[in-house]
Amino acid sequence: MRAANKNLTAAKRHATDESGRRRNAARKARRLLDKKADSMPVVELEGPRLERQVDADLISPAPRGGLREVFHERYLLKLIVSRQLAQMYAASLLGLLWSYIQPALRFIVYFFVFGVVLKTHGGTPNFALHLFTGMVFVHYFTETWSGGTRSIWANRALVMKMRVPREIFPVATMMVAAYHTGPQVLILAIACAVLGWHFSLAGFAAGALGLAILVCFSMSLSLIFSALNVFFKDFQNIVQTVTQFMHFLVPMMYSYSMLARLGEHHRWAYELYFANPLAEVVMLMQRLFWAPTLKPAEYADEFPPDLWERGFVMLGVCLGLLFVAQRFFARLEGKFPERL
Amino acid sequence: MPAESIVVDHVSKDFTMQYHRTLKQMAVATARRLPLKERFRAVNDVSFTVEQGESIGLMGLNGSGKSTLLKLINGVMRADSGTILTRGRIAGLIATGAGFHPQLSGRDNLYLNGAILGMSEAEIHRKFDEIVAFADIGKFLDTPVSHYSSGMYARLGFSIAIHVDADIFLADEVLAVGDRPFKKKCMAKMQEIRRQGTTIFYVSHASASVRAMCDRVLVLESGHLNFDGGVDEGIHYLEYDDDEETDEALADGELGADI
Repeated sequence: MRAANKNLTAAKRHATDESGRRRNAARKARRLLDKKADSMPVVELEGPRLERQVDADLISPAPRGGLREVFHERYLLKLIVSRQLAQMYAASLLGLLWSYIQPALRFIVYFFVFGVVLKTHGGTPNFALHLFTGMVFVHYFTETWSGGTRSIWANRALVMKMRVPREIFPVATMMVAAYHTGPQVLILAIACAVLGWHFSLAGFAAGALGLAILVCFSMSLSLIFSALNVFFKDFQNIVQTVTQFMHFLVPMMYSYSMLARLGEHHRWAYELYFANPLAEVVMLMQRLFWAPTLKPAEYADEFPPDLWERGFVMLGVCLGLLFVAQRFFARLEGKFPERL
Repeated sequence: MPAESIVVDHVSKDFTMQYHRTLKQMAVATARRLPLKERFRAVNDVSFTVEQGESIGLMGLNGSGKSTLLKLINGVMRADSGTILTRGRIAGLIATGAGFHPQLSGRDNLYLNGAILGMSEAEIHRKFDEIVAFADIGKFLDTPVSHYSSGMYARLGFSIAIHVDADIFLADEVLAVGDRPFKKKCMAKMQEIRRQGTTIFYVSHASASVRAMCDRVLVLESGHLNFDGGVDEGIHYLEYDDDEETDEALADGELGADI
């Protein structure tokens, strides 16, 4: 009985509270209306109204098109890429040159330290090419990953107000990285030609496989981390730290044969090292650029015997990773506008 | 026979408000047993259908979920439950201002915005002069938009959106910062696209302009769609034209605190 009474009073109090709030809101609304009543000029409709035929289907305004939708919006992608490039070199005297000066300096330092002072290559022929091949593709990877991680945050003005397939920003970053890497590949090709490179089908196959792994792997990471970075800015620092290590965790400053010797005693360390898709990519690229400048006997020991098997397994793994990354991105994407 | 242009079916949208962003803050809050986050329902079980060519006035106080609803309709946000379907190209301005990139010039932003709104390269080239003329930003076209005055910013944004030839046009208090002649020009332009059969969503507190612009009014109150009907009734509903009750409320005292 008392409990029922209590419930009743509670309900009553709630009701008065509600109506009070309502009246308060009403007063606010009226005051607002008074204030704004003539703030907007009134323009009447003129002429007869026409009927508009829209020959489109009723669809969701935010389709989950993912990466596929990005490649349908080619014009938009082109605009975003060119804009990103323009922005990068705004107010910079050397402009695009900067993306060559930095790798060039790094190459000189690495070559001096590892090739001249430490001699870590153990007599690898054409060591400079061995090193440079690795550096070009590691550079592409780190630029895609770290730039992609920041991409959603950097474009928050657009993400918050306009409807775009948001995967477009990491993809655009990858295109920018490719734009920077292109001329480096050209330099690499010239160096190869000078050092007596000769055509081999196996080399091209290795290059294609390596490129496929590289694109899938860097795109997956960039999708995952760009989404995470919206929620916690820590991720861009994590990425920066890891990319610094990456230069040392691929076989470019030292040769594969040294790792093979390590594998004889510490199998797990060897397996862990080659679980990194980037290590596989670097070797496949060296198979395309560096190996054909040598005689087969000279590079026989410098590639793992199961290079191809590993490559195809890695490609499968990276395709799976890309699928998972896209799903993960799509799940978090819905919350971007409220968290930016 | 006009077709449906927008179908909103039992749509809700929650926001998570996170109070603490660093681990340290979270640890402190947990130790003090403060809530780490809170959910807040911005749009609550809203359903309505709009036919092609209808012009809707969306009214309600600040914070009643108008902008969120428009963001859901234009696809910037996704509903947590319920479905939204739209037909055709959507353009418009949400929460006073376009999505411009501050470091880019007005020209670059024009191209970018046009492309995002679904215009092709040829279409943008064709309408470029018209858009610039309407926005009336003159020599500032090649200045970064971060240097624009808020009026210029709004003018360019509105001008792009209105020239998209959209099937659905959303105008969310866009003109709040414009000056009177520009507002008038915009209203005339909106009437023009209304006449051509574009579905319009117009958010405004100005009852006279809603009366002139809209065929139907929706009123949102703390996320609920509490009114859906004729324009005069809607404005009447929002004004709560009952004076006696207000005097009573004033006498009540306890309500006075919230002014």
